[in-house]
Amino acid sequence: MEREGEERESENEQQEPGSRHRFPPKGLLLCALALSRSYLLPLSGIVVALLVWQVAAATHPASLLPGPLAVGRAIGELAARGLLVKYVVASLFRVTWGYLGALLFAVPTGIALGMSRRGEMAFNPLLQLLRPISPLAWIPIAILWFGVGDVSAMFLIFVASFLPLTLATMKAVHDIDPVHLSAARNFALPPGLMMREVLLPAILPQLLVGVRITVGIAWLVVVAAEMIAVNSGLGFLIIDARNAGNRYDLVIAGMVLIGLIGVCLDVLVRRVEQRIAA
Amino acid sequence: MKVRFHDVSMRFGDVEVLDAINLDVSEGEFVCILGPSGCGKSTLLNIASGFLEPAAGEIAIDGVRVVGPDRRRIFVFQERGIFPWLTVEGNIGFGLFDLPESERRARIAHYVQLVGLRGFERAYPRELSGGMKQRVEVARALAVNPDVLYLDEPFGALDSITRLQMRSELLRIWQAERKTILFVTHDIEESVQLADRVVVLTARPGRVRRVVPIDIAHPRDLSSVRYLALRDEIFGEIGLAHKI
Repeated sequence: MEREGEERESENEQQEPGSRHRFPPKGLLLCALALSRSYLLPLSGIVVALLVWQVAAATHPASLLPGPLAVGRAIGELAARGLLVKYVVASLFRVTWGYLGALLFAVPTGIALGMSRRGEMAFNPLLQLLRPISPLAWIPIAILWFGVGDVSAMFLIFVASFLPLTLATMKAVHDIDPVHLSAARNFALPPGLMMREVLLPAILPQLLVGVRITVGIAWLVVVAAEMIAVNSGLGFLIIDARNAGNRYDLVIAGMVLIGLIGVCLDVLVRRVEQRIAA
Repeated sequence: MKVRFHDVSMRFGDVEVLDAINLDVSEGEFVCILGPSGCGKSTLLNIASGFLEPAAGEIAIDGVRVVGPDRRRIFVFQERGIFPWLTVEGNIGFGLFDLPESERRARIAHYVQLVGLRGFERAYPRELSGGMKQRVEVARALAVNPDVLYLDEPFGALDSITRLQMRSELLRIWQAERKTILFVTHDIEESVQLADRVVVLTARPGRVRRVVPIDIAHPRDLSSVRYLALRDEIFGEIGLAHKI
């Protein structure tokens, strides 16, 4: 009984006279605060950058630095000419196939090397040697092997994603709790089941993190990949806008679009990751 | 004779871990292997289960030399041995991949019931307490109907109340299923509560210091004179005065 009394007292304290009619109402204020924290604050950096950009553009010749409004108009122009969707789709198409190809080869390679100490000892130095070579260095080879065009661009994205994906898979295999492998051995699981029931589910969470990081890398390389004389895509847009008439507003429009789509890809992969992890 | 250790020795590099262990375990017997940490008792269990190869000597089960792990003899790790990506059902049925679905279902249901996890069939390990996870692992081991169970400090990570409960659960299950059990522990009380015989090992390199038969019928009264006498005898054997 005493406790109840105490509670009631504290309730009374919260509703001190006058507080009910305070303006703006407490609920609305909290709501606005929450909104500002989840939307306004993250956007503030972008807003500041836009303002600085606008001021800089206004105080310099337009030929040197197109302002945000000009870039917005450029994006509108792309949309009006039907190029916006076309280029975005073209870029995503190349990245998707290049990346899926890498995934298809890298995961089995990573599992094989992660499972076999000898395999790892034999191939790890090679992987480490290849790792510091920028994917861009492969451009001449890509052209030599696949000519100029889509396949070369996809190959470049493949090359950029393959190594980090292989290494991420290897690491995930190394991090499997040995107790789980021992248990599976104890129950004499046939190899197919061992793969499906133990190995793949065990590496999945780490593998998904690897996928998220390497999707970012693959998207990063799209500009370079589309420098190889393809005639569509956001990377092509950037090169083409400069070559054909110094349209720097279109150059920056391409950059902005790449950034936006990169964020979307990251969010998408995160969603998939959470869905699978749950 | 079910399990026969014959002059089993083990070394890791220059470190001698086990020195000529000889031990016979009969069918259906519950044997505790007791020793200070680092005495090689876990290593001994890993050799018995075929996960490790001894440096010398051999282990024979039903007269056949052990050369590797076998699903007739299941190793129970501490609770972390169950698969976090499988449900309770999935874990318990893990070793039953070669059974027809209906029999698989029936076995899973039987062992879910036996270890008292009815209602948690669809739960994932992360939703379970430590004791429940350990039950899942014991059920997973029993479900394949092995003839020997190896338990490596299975209750070591549990709190003391849960540990006591799990011991009586294990005894109940053992009495129902009559498996041969080799149970490694560093807990003297635990060994006297559970075992038919306690094998006391020396510090490294582990040798069999003494084998103490526990001649008390189950359920054991933990305040009986005989229990206390056996417990103190083992305390003495290990060289600990039973005082703090």
